[in-house]
Amino acid sequence: MANTEYAIECRGITKTFGTVVANDAVDLTVRYGEVLALLGENGSGKTTLMNMLSGIYHPDAGTIKIAGEEVRIHSPEDSMALGIGMIHQHFKLVDVFTASENIAVGTAGKRLSAAVMRKKVQEISQSIGLEIDPDRRAFEMSVSEKQNVEILKVLYRGQKILILDEPTAVLTPQETERLFDILRSMRAQGCAIIIITHKLNEVLAISDRVTILRKGKYIETVNTAETDEQKLTELMVGRPVSLEIARPEVVDPKSILKIVDLTVRKPDGTIAIDDASFEVRTGEILGVAGIAGSGQKELCECIAGLCPAEKGAVLYHKENLIGKSPREIIRLGVQLGFVPEDRLGMGLVASMGMVGNLMLKTYDTPKGPFIDPVPARQHAEELVERLGIVTPSVDTPVRLMSGGNVQKVLLGREIESDPQVLITAYPVRGLDINSSYTVYDLLNEQKKKGVAVVFIGEDLDVLMALSDRILVMCHGQVTGIVDGRTATKDDIARLMVGAGEETEA
Amino acid sequence: MDLFIKFLVAAVAASIPLLFGTVGEILSEKVGHLNLGVEGMMSIGACAGFMVGMQTDSFVLALLAAFAAGVFAALIYAVLTVTFLADQNVSGLTLTIFGIGLANFVGIYMLGHTENGTLKLPEGITAQMREIYIAGLSDIPVVGDLLFSYSPFVYLGIVLAICAGLFFKKTKLGLNVQAIGHNPAAADAAGINVTRWKYVMILIGGGICGIGGAYCAMIINSGVWISNNVGGLGWIAVALVIFAKWNPWVAIGGSFVFGALRVLKYYMPPSVIQLPTAFYDMLPFLITAIILVLSSISKKRDLNLPGSLGVNYFREER
Amino acid sequence: MRIVKTKEKSAKEQFLLRLGAFVLALCAGGLFLLLLGNNPFAVYATILSGAFRSKMAVQATIKIMIPLLIAALGVTLSFKMKFWNIGGEGQLIMGGVFASYFALFHSDLPAFLLFPLMFLAGLLGGGIWALIPAFFKVRFGTNETLFTLMLNYIALYIVAWLQEGPWRDPAANGFPKIASFEKSAVLPKVFGVQVGWIIALVLVVLVFVYLRYTKQGYEISVVGESRPTATYAGMNVQRIILRTMFLSGAIAGIAGMVQATGSDRTLTVGIAGGVGFTAIIVAWLARLNPMSSLVIAFLFAVLEKGSSVIQSEFGLSTDCADVLQGIILFFVLGCEFFVRYKFVRDHKQAAEGGAK
Repeated sequence: MANTEYAIECRGITKTFGTVVANDAVDLTVRYGEVLALLGENGSGKTTLMNMLSGIYHPDAGTIKIAGEEVRIHSPEDSMALGIGMIHQHFKLVDVFTASENIAVGTAGKRLSAAVMRKKVQEISQSIGLEIDPDRRAFEMSVSEKQNVEILKVLYRGQKILILDEPTAVLTPQETERLFDILRSMRAQGCAIIIITHKLNEVLAISDRVTILRKGKYIETVNTAETDEQKLTELMVGRPVSLEIARPEVVDPKSILKIVDLTVRKPDGTIAIDDASFEVRTGEILGVAGIAGSGQKELCECIAGLCPAEKGAVLYHKENLIGKSPREIIRLGVQLGFVPEDRLGMGLVASMGMVGNLMLKTYDTPKGPFIDPVPARQHAEELVERLGIVTPSVDTPVRLMSGGNVQKVLLGREIESDPQVLITAYPVRGLDINSSYTVYDLLNEQKKKGVAVVFIGEDLDVLMALSDRILVMCHGQVTGIVDGRTATKDDIARLMVGAGEETEA
Repeated sequence: MDLFIKFLVAAVAASIPLLFGTVGEILSEKVGHLNLGVEGMMSIGACAGFMVGMQTDSFVLALLAAFAAGVFAALIYAVLTVTFLADQNVSGLTLTIFGIGLANFVGIYMLGHTENGTLKLPEGITAQMREIYIAGLSDIPVVGDLLFSYSPFVYLGIVLAICAGLFFKKTKLGLNVQAIGHNPAAADAAGINVTRWKYVMILIGGGICGIGGAYCAMIINSGVWISNNVGGLGWIAVALVIFAKWNPWVAIGGSFVFGALRVLKYYMPPSVIQLPTAFYDMLPFLITAIILVLSSISKKRDLNLPGSLGVNYFREER
Repeated sequence: MRIVKTKEKSAKEQFLLRLGAFVLALCAGGLFLLLLGNNPFAVYATILSGAFRSKMAVQATIKIMIPLLIAALGVTLSFKMKFWNIGGEGQLIMGGVFASYFALFHSDLPAFLLFPLMFLAGLLGGGIWALIPAFFKVRFGTNETLFTLMLNYIALYIVAWLQEGPWRDPAANGFPKIASFEKSAVLPKVFGVQVGWIIALVLVVLVFVYLRYTKQGYEISVVGESRPTATYAGMNVQRIILRTMFLSGAIAGIAGMVQATGSDRTLTVGIAGGVGFTAIIVAWLARLNPMSSLVIAFLFAVLEKGSSVIQSEFGLSTDCADVLQGIILFFVLGCEFFVRYKFVRDHKQAAEGGAK
């Protein structure tokens, strides 16, 4: 049994993309009946490594052994045949297929009738204590239901190795707990599980061992029982870091935007925001917490004049902004900065350089039919200097720039417009720790200048450290507004699933 | 009433090239590839089918040639869009221009090599393609005319459409290829060879379009070669795919309606309504445009629309 | 063999790549000609000399280029916005129809009134024909590719109807055709070629400046890249789409006006003759740059003119031009891939196989 001790054994895995070394001699092992956490910052090479196990990328050097035997994985088909099941961060489900169809697709053998599939799916799901409606279509499911389907896909194929990429990013704390229960019962059944994450508390809660990557390099593997958050952070970042995020005191907050009874429908007719009321104040950061898709996106866009409301108002000094186009809002003298979630798809023009992008909101100001790129060019060069943006030239298309630099261009442009209100949606998503802290600093700087900052976040720890007040959304409703300094994680978690009384802080 | 039966029979016959084109395009769109080259693939199929039929005097060989030519034409498209990730709109459009040009070019080239200045199918093959006659069945009044009086093309087309429908509804492979069209990344992750099945479906689809083209060249103009013999039917087929909601069975009915529109001008009794012939010729295109608008007004989510239609898939780019 | 992404190639490398594709396309076309038993060099040489062998030939080549170039400029506007307007053919026809109305029935107007009227009519005809799909696109999201295509055929049959009915030439013995225009309604010539070439050149400059230096041109680029971004920037996306499509169709309509009143001197069902489609190839090959469109449209005109000569000398039909154009675009489309990707061979091909 000695040589089958490890379910997966990777040695010296190296992978380069052009000049970028994504994985540099990485080792990784996991046993059957064990949960391994793979820990690292954004861009540390975790996903690249896993993609090599699932056959999407191919290592340039190194060996992979599955159950003791050396293998080469050329495609997802190979990976699957080897008993590896991968659950990607963005679920790989066919939206219009039912749960059963999604589970059956790509498997060997004849197509089974819906009735037979239904029974099979129910049997498997009950064996690990998981509930699912086999006939529901994927687009009608909640995120955690979709994740359950992904898990069932793996089990249905009888795969014993399960890899989960950032599985908790989109889950509520309660759902995360339930997921961990499922994983524990799978571990008890002898599955080998790798969970990719950057959330330390989850690493400590679920894993048996932790492998840490930093900038593509293998750092160390430690037993979970013998470590703690501080040690793990140091290994992950490479130096002692203070996880403290500064929170300057609020000076003289004044209400600047009043949102009253706002109700918004999505294009498909479902409710996106349900009767929301709150106010945005100058000189403070208003955090917005909630499961992804609880109406945060619509909330931002509605305030920015990008989506129509069914009823309610966004009041700026008694002037209702609802129904006004972004341009009319500017003409009212409301300086509104907005950093949308989809940076390249909404905030920026991917194929244009910095110059073209910095003109985006001001191209119409000069008189006459022509654009004037000269000030934008100056502006771009200043911004490169001040925020340390790395780009070959200010005309290089922004889509060729790295995620952190893209965000600096976007955030830089919005801050430069001297906003009174600055709305930021997931501004640190996909950024490494250094860039993230740059963003926090910039936001705090704005707050100190008296700007009303709205910060849509996904990481509760960050929200609680940065925000003065936290607004919690669930299914489009504002389920509560709590004080960022005193609220506990449990309070917020409960509000995120709709429980709890509405409280005004 | 007799005129009406004749009208229905003619409509069925006129619907057949549309049916081939529509079913062929459905196969391609089901894997996410909007192929605007239907008109071109049909033209190339028309040319190959006609020329081989003329040389060999064999209906079966002509069909095979048309199918192979359609596959060849679709191969150009597939290489460009599946492997080289080229824009689907432009690739398909170019295939149409190229296909029509090539068919006309070869036609005129062959004309230059004949004695009497026309290209006409020989007697043997026309006999093989003629409307079938089954003693007893074909003689039944009305029913015989409506069901047992067509060229073998008609039966082939309907059988193909039925089989294609069964393939998507009942087989595992059918489920797999639909997953590709809806979400290639998901299909890839489920272990389906996306590239292979895209090629297979696009090529077979092209072959089926090719047979539809052969019908245009060999039947519609009573066995005489003329240039531009597909005459826009390929474009209507592309539109028909939308009305048929990517369902080959519905395509049978949809093609029939448009077949009826195409022959309406010969059967509309002048006493009922008199319209300029240009208007009748315009009708299928006009109705197509109107239905396009009507179907877009409905905001309901169409579960059959392949989600990745028009977007190429590259695994490492997600 | 697998595909991997590489660093984007420089502008110079891209140019060489496309040039290489063009040469390969000529080789492939030559192979095709060889298969038919012709000497490809002789055929290519004849095409070239056919387009340039005399002053008349050059004039004829330019005459072919005029509508192609103007229509390509129209296509450029809509494609820049990623609005798949493949209705250039129909917009061109409707431009011709509207202009022909004045040429047929108001040819007695003084020239300084008649020509501007014809010009405006052509512009309006094409513009309105393009506004129809644009309206339904912004209102209901109707698929513009298929809609514009159907409008091509509808426009074609409108002409067919006009020539068999209302506008039929009574002097044609019942033959369905429209009468030739009066001399006074035919566009004048400059240097032996109808004045359309000047219109085309002016439009090249106008469209170039419009796209690159005006606010509206900037808006088109942003809308083409991403509609959410345009909305985010405060642009009125619907108005931009309608305006741009009107301009796109209007330019195609000018091509129709110029073709009918300058070259054909009457209105026939063959007024467009596939120019609206070829224009898409031209615009695409030119990478939506009006200046490059000028070069490509001229090259294509050479190909078309030359093809009419190889018909008489080699017995090959003029459709040869379509075939060659198709092949060229196939190769250029294929080569675009290498701008951002490359093929690599898996090193150490699996000796032991992937699975098990």
